[in-house]
Order: sequence, then C-alpha cells, then structure tokens
Amino acid sequence: MVHVSATPVLALRGVSKRFGAVQVLTDVELEVHAGEVVALVGDNGAGKSTLVKTIAGVHPIDEGSIEWDGKAVQINRPHDAQNLGVATVYQDLALCDNIDVVGNLYLGRELKKRGVLDEVEMERRSRELLDTLSIRIPSVRIPIASLSGGQRQTVAIARSMLGEPKLVILDEPTAALGVEQTAQVLDLVERLRERGHAVILISHNMADVKAVADKVAVLRLGRNNGVFEVKSTSQEEIISAITGATENAVTRRAARSGEAQK
Amino acid sequence: MSIDKTSEAASHEVENKAAAAKAVTAVDPRLLVREQGLAGYVGEFKRKMRSGDLGSIPVVIGLIVIWAIFASLNSNFLTAGNISDISVAMVGTGMIAVGIVFVLLLGEIDLSVGSLSGVAGATFAVLSVTHGMNEWLAFVLAILTGTVAGAIQGFFFARIGVPAFAVTLAGLLFWNGLMLQILGSNGTINLDSEGVVAKLTSYYFTDVAAAYALATVVTVGFFLSSYLGNKRREAAGVPSRPVGETIARTVLLGVLSFGVAVMYNQYKGLPLAVVIFLAVLLVTDFVLRRTAFGRKIFALGGSVEASRRAGISVEMIRISVFSISGTFAAIGGLFIASKIASANQGAGGGDLLMNAIAAAVIGGTSLFGGRGRTWNALLGVLVIVSIQYGLALQGIASPVQYMITGGVLLATVVIDAVTRKTQKSAGRA
Repeated sequence: MVHVSATPVLALRGVSKRFGAVQVLTDVELEVHAGEVVALVGDNGAGKSTLVKTIAGVHPIDEGSIEWDGKAVQINRPHDAQNLGVATVYQDLALCDNIDVVGNLYLGRELKKRGVLDEVEMERRSRELLDTLSIRIPSVRIPIASLSGGQRQTVAIARSMLGEPKLVILDEPTAALGVEQTAQVLDLVERLRERGHAVILISHNMADVKAVADKVAVLRLGRNNGVFEVKSTSQEEIISAITGATENAVTRRAARSGEAQK
Repeated sequence: MSIDKTSEAASHEVENKAAAAKAVTAVDPRLLVREQGLAGYVGEFKRKMRSGDLGSIPVVIGLIVIWAIFASLNSNFLTAGNISDISVAMVGTGMIAVGIVFVLLLGEIDLSVGSLSGVAGATFAVLSVTHGMNEWLAFVLAILTGTVAGAIQGFFFARIGVPAFAVTLAGLLFWNGLMLQILGSNGTINLDSEGVVAKLTSYYFTDVAAAYALATVVTVGFFLSSYLGNKRREAAGVPSRPVGETIARTVLLGVLSFGVAVMYNQYKGLPLAVVIFLAVLLVTDFVLRRTAFGRKIFALGGSVEASRRAGISVEMIRISVFSISGTFAAIGGLFIASKIASANQGAGGGDLLMNAIAAAVIGGTSLFGGRGRTWNALLGVLVIVSIQYGLALQGIASPVQYMITGGVLLATVVIDAVTRKTQKSAGRA
C-alpha cells in the first residue's frame, strides 16, 4: 500500500437515508483516505448504490454528516460533489459510440481556441492522460464502438480523471467484463491508488475485491456490518458478513484475533 | 452469495492474476500500427472496406455509373450546358437536404421541409410583389419564416416530447395550408425576373476569370489549411499526415475544381447558385465538425443519456437543429421559386420532400443518427438530379423517374443497413 493520509478524504458519520416508508441506510459510517481503495460490498438491496448516490449528490442525506478533508460539508446536488472533487463512473458508461475517444473524453468540456474546437490540444492531452494511466487502446481517433468492453470501461474511468478528482467512485466496473478485460480495469484501479486518489469500488466479485482493495466495507440491510483489512481477512469471513452468517462483526473480529494469536 | 460461488470466484482470482501479469507485459496486438508508404494506405483502405467504413465511396461509384449510362444513351448528357444546368437545378433540393442532414444526425426526421419551402417562396412573393416591400427585407423575412416554424416544431418535439415524425407530419399539412392561405385567390405570383430571388439561379459570373479564381482559392485554401493543421499537429507531437499525402489530396482537388471551372466557362460561366451552395456546405461542415455545437449534435445522435450526463442541454440542441432544418428549407424554397420565377400553389409538394431526404441518405448520411456530413447532401442531390435530367433527355416520363429514384433510394438504404451490420460484426457500429 502507498502512503495513506491521516485525515480521511471523505468520512460519513451516522448517515441515514429514507425513501418513503423504507429505511435504506441507517447510521452508516465510512472513511476513505487518499491513496486507498475501499471496496463497498453487500448483497443486493444492502444499500450500496444508495450510499454511493448520497456521496455523488444524487440523493441528499436525511441524517448524519459528511466530512471532506476533515471539514463538514453539505452535498445536495451532483454539482456539489463534483466541485468537491468526487468523480463517479456509473455502470452504464455514458459514452457516445459514434464519437472517437478524444471526443468522448472531452464531451461537454471541449477545449476551444477562438471559438473553434482545439482538436490538437485535446488529442495531445488525451494521449498524455492515457499514457499516465497506461491505458492501451488501438488509437485515440477511433469511435468508441470499436473498443472492447474493458477498453470502454477504462476510457470511462479516464474520463472521470480529467477533472483531477480526489475521490473516484466506481460502480461495478468489472460486472460485464471478461477475464482479460477485468485485469485491465483492475490494473487501472491500482494506478489510481498509486497516483494518490481515494477510490470507492463497488463490486460483487470477491476475487476483484481481494485483488485490489485495501479495505472492505460491508453493508447489510442498510447498516454497517464490519470494515475489514483485506490482507488479514479471508474471503469466507467477508462473505459471511455480507450474508449475515455471523452474529455480528465484532464477534467475528474477536474470533479472528484469537486465531491470529495461536 | 452462495458457497460454491465462492470457490468459483477463487478460481477466477487465479485466472485474473495470470491475465493481469500478461496484460502488463505484452503489447496489445490489436493496436493499430500503420505501415509506412503506399502499403500503409492500401492496408488502411482494406481494413476500412472490411469493417464497413465505406464513407462516400458507394455514392461516388454510383454517380460515375449513372453518368456513364446516360452518356452512352445520349451524347448530350455529358455536355457543359447539361452539367451546368444540373448543378444549378440541384441547389434548391440540395439546400433542403443540408437541413435534413442536421436532423438525421440527431437520428430524427423532418417531414415538413417541403411545405416550409413553399411557405418561404409564397411569403417572399406576397411581401415583395403584392405589397411592394423592399426585396432584401422580404428575402430575410421569408427565410426567417422557416427558422421560426422549425423552432416551433422543435419546441413540441424537445419540450413536450411529441415524436418528431408526428410533429413534422402535422407541420407538413399545416404549413402547406398556410402557404395556400398566403397566396390567397391569386394562385400564382410571378416574380420580377431582375429581382433578388430570380437572380439567385439566373445569374452567372460570365467573366472566365471568376471560375478559375474560385478554383484557385479552393485549392490553395485546402492546401494551406491542411498543411498548417499538420504543422500544428507535428509541433504538438500527435500523429500527422505526411506532406506527400496532403499534396496528393490537393492535386486531386485541384484537378477536380479546375475541371469544373473549365466546364462552366464553356457554357454561361460560373453560376451564382453553385457558389452559394458550396459556401453553405463549407460553413455547415465547419460548424458540425469544428465547433462545440456540432460536437453536441453528433453526441446527441450517439447517445442522448451520455450527452445529458455530460451537461449538454438536450432541449436547446434539439430546438436549434429543427430551426436550422426549417431555415434551410426556406432557403431551398427561395431557390426553387427562383428557378421557375414564380410562387405557385404546387410549390413544396410532389416529390420534393422525398428527394431532399433521399439526397441526404443517398449521399451517405445514416438514418440511425450520429453519422454523416453536409457534403453528403451535395453528392446525393447530384445523383437524384442527374437521374431526372438523364431520363428527361431520353424523353422518359415522370412515372418511370419516380420508380428509378425509388430504386436508387432503396439501394442506398440497403447499403446503409448492410454497412451497419458489417460495422457491428467488425465492432464499429
């Protein structure tokens, strides 16, 4: 693991969210440091997506507080989150198939020179960005349609990096990918960490989580069900926290430290 | 998550790690590496053909075939006079087709353009001839009717959410009714043959220097813009075209434009209508491919949701595209009125709408949105008007003309659909 800052980039304290009669999140705590990948796992309906959307500003929180670099902030709109430096890559990638890679990277924030698109500068910076992330694609001037699923995912992630965000949220980035493509995306997640970004990774795939995450935060029925250090936790332990096979996280951790002493 | 899924995941992990190690070291064999020299161009061309990236090639081949057939049937077809007449006659429909290209890029359709062109002609005739208004003012107001009408249709489509097909179908009827209302009991209004609108298609630059000067400007302008663009790319360290390729393209364009200039000078000279049409194509192509506005139109044709998330104002773009389409319909209507030097009750009817849409599609604009250029309108309308003139020279009546144009249109959309299929299987759709 690379250097991890003392103050978390983002900290959620006792966050609750209710949709009508449904209490989706109850007293959720979450901390993410710079240069750290936190995997957010949980069964379907555990509240992962809602939690991410509260951070991204899609749903404002009902109770609790959000701290950014140690200071309490309000995130009420997606714009607020963007201004803080949160970039979110959703599952449906929101790329335009007919436009080339450069055009997609700069869609909606085109560089202009005297009112005209500055294609040369955009292409130069795109190459630079893709190089620093070691992203391999056939050419920056081919339409997105000719890229594989994994390559599209890497372009979508690269796109989120243009605003130099402090925190990157990836919603199931490997869900629809094959083995080779998953590897490409996981490589990229590691590079984000190396560059000092904080990353929240939502995933259903324990193998991916074990491969790149530093910490695993488990949500179960809208509540925290333990935060685990990936290195010292077995896959079975995480899965039982997800499914609720343990009584609670505390007993589980106690048991684990007992094992470690033996 | 069940237990056997866990073991599956574990085996996955091993695979992932192996794949990850490989991915980092190996250079992706799918990277496009272009060979140098002629072999590179041949390879690039073959790759494009295989992946269905045909561009304008089918329509250029089609045009050559059509001209060859008519030239062999009638020696008058390939004369300077006939080609010059074709190029003037095509401008009206061509202008409308330029507007249609904008709408097709969104993946939508505008059925009202025929009627709107009639409204513009009638508005100009009534204002300038019946009411004696200043011709230039009447000219501008006539074009603005198209802009406003298009914006209204765009509003119903973008804000209210009525399908564009339905809105513009209603527009087709409504604007046609409005045109008849404007013309009133007069029926036909003859335009002043020395007036602004009549001059649009009847004026020729008789000085031979004009055509050559334009050809020179086009060729030199193309060379300079490509050359300087490439210099900038080189300076920025991004791939650029070799100078040889730029020169080859310039020579090709130079031969073509001077050939056309010689042809025009053998007849009446350089037609004003063609100069205006080329200028419009140049400007619209620039707007579509070099400005943020054009980029947004393409983005909307690719994915509405992606555009919205990128912060593009979807409604604003849609409304402006429909008002652009209306504006060009009005401009086209004035050119058509100019050709017959009158505004009559039949204007904007018949096969005009279908020809304009067919021209855009035949030229290579995709019906499915996100693919096309305004130059497509030029190629497409050249095909359609060539067929019309060729058949007229043979004395073949309009029923057969309709059927042949229909056949050409079908062939084109078949090419479009097949192209898309090939592109999909080559992963480029």
